[in-house]
Amino acid sequence: MKKTIITVVGKDTVGIIAKVCTYLAENGINILDISQTIVQDYFNMMMIVDTNNTEKTFGDMSDELVGLGEQIGVVIKCQKEEIFDKMHRI
Amino acid sequence: MINLYEVTETNKMIEKENLDVRTITLGISLLDCIDSDLQKLNDKIYQKIYDAARDLVKTGEEISREFGIPIVNKRISVTPIALIGGAACRSKEDFASIAKTLDKVAHEVGVNFIGGYSALVSKGMTPADELLIRSIPLALSETERVCSSVNLGSTKTGINMDAVKLMGEMIKETAQYTKEEDSLGCAKLVVFCNAPDDNPFMAGAFHGVTEADKIINVGVSGPGVVKTALEKVRGANFEVLCETIKKTAFKVTRVGQLVAQEASKMLGVPFGIVDLSLAPTPAIGDSVADILCEIGLEYAGAPGTTAALALLNDQVKKGGVMASSYVGGLSGAFIPVSEDQGMIDAVTAGALTLEKLEAMTCVCSVGLDMIAIPGDTKATTISGIIADEMAIGMVNQKTTAVRIIPVIGKGVGEVVEFGGLLGYAPIMPVNRFSCDAFVNRGGRIPAPIHSFKN
Repeated sequence: MKKTIITVVGKDTVGIIAKVCTYLAENGINILDISQTIVQDYFNMMMIVDTNNTEKTFGDMSDELVGLGEQIGVVIKCQKEEIFDKMHRI
Repeated sequence: MINLYEVTETNKMIEKENLDVRTITLGISLLDCIDSDLQKLNDKIYQKIYDAARDLVKTGEEISREFGIPIVNKRISVTPIALIGGAACRSKEDFASIAKTLDKVAHEVGVNFIGGYSALVSKGMTPADELLIRSIPLALSETERVCSSVNLGSTKTGINMDAVKLMGEMIKETAQYTKEEDSLGCAKLVVFCNAPDDNPFMAGAFHGVTEADKIINVGVSGPGVVKTALEKVRGANFEVLCETIKKTAFKVTRVGQLVAQEASKMLGVPFGIVDLSLAPTPAIGDSVADILCEIGLEYAGAPGTTAALALLNDQVKKGGVMASSYVGGLSGAFIPVSEDQGMIDAVTAGALTLEKLEAMTCVCSVGLDMIAIPGDTKATTISGIIADEMAIGMVNQKTTAVRIIPVIGKGVGEVVEFGGLLGYAPIMPVNRFSCDAFVNRGGRIPAPIHSFKN
């Protein structure tokens, strides 16, 4: 399974998760795990998603999510899971 | 599964602490390009490098995007040109024509440096080696992206003092040839003792003759990450300090290993090594000197600096070795002056001298690096500095190097600006006493004894 980590960081506002999830649903991207916290009004979310069934390339998905983040006023970043796995797991 | 804390930690390293992969370097053997016809030789070199490296930059950018980690440089190293051009080159201009070919293909494929305009003369020089060395000033003044290196000694062979003398003169001549650009040519010229065959870092990268046809070597970097980790253990004892550096080095190197494997897979080129390096840049917060300050020194160069650097270097290796399947290159902390804001500050404050830097090179990666000295420094004095540094490498069985820039028209206290990753540097004073008679003796210094270690 090809897993991607999506992180969303920015000032908290109504509908951040809804908008991101809508995009993922429309593109056939399955959410495996979500964790989220708010520290001093700052929204901090991480999603682990499965990108096996999407027709989008990684680059397109990444660009579109970055664009969506700009609309909402948050920073969205897509990274393949391996970088975290390699760094934090032996 | 990966958790939010771990993801945040990694991304903080990348976004706030300047974690990056410093270079993906594609090593290419040019041995099969050798031809006695200069034009044919140049054509073959161009074609081989172009075919091997045309996707290098694109691949680097793709990996960078997928993992969200900056890959600062994409570079090429080739077989030492003295070996490749020997059959075809009869003059300095002939050799320089190969440098121009390398420069042209570097521009074409979009890499920012190409290394390997080199000669390996640790014991003696062939006529081709000597001709290449004599062509270095011309080659570096007529090209933009070509880097040159010369191996002058090794633990097994001793030091070739004839070549040391010649390189002192060539460094001066290169400075003169490129004086309009603050003697920038010398920033792309390095001399070694015990030069590694698989170094991914410039200016000293070349593709050794013991290597495969093509190979991917990766250099990592992360002084800012180590510094930030150490901020959390201020005042703790050396055990805690060393453990913290080791763990951080492990994490940094794992990223390099991942990038190296991905690049190898995407380019269809075998993975060579990861260079376990702490390589600074002039950017604020990307400094090895700042780590030394965090360990407890007012400035790099204060008493205790050599010990602090020794432990830093050792812990970086200990942490990094387990993170990578193959380790090589220069591996260790780099201490270039002009490329490290903390080092520049230390020189400006009067804390760091050439002599202290020399002591520091005994315990860390490489050597006297990116040091600007007055333009009127004599060639024999430069040779003397080189000989000292080569002796440290020879006796301690380590790689040492000298990349020193006599800035024509400038003196102590003035500042020279190289731009970009090469940074800027205050011109440092050099010991003014003569070593002419020593350098002019000629011949070789014999290899050291490997017993009776004291």
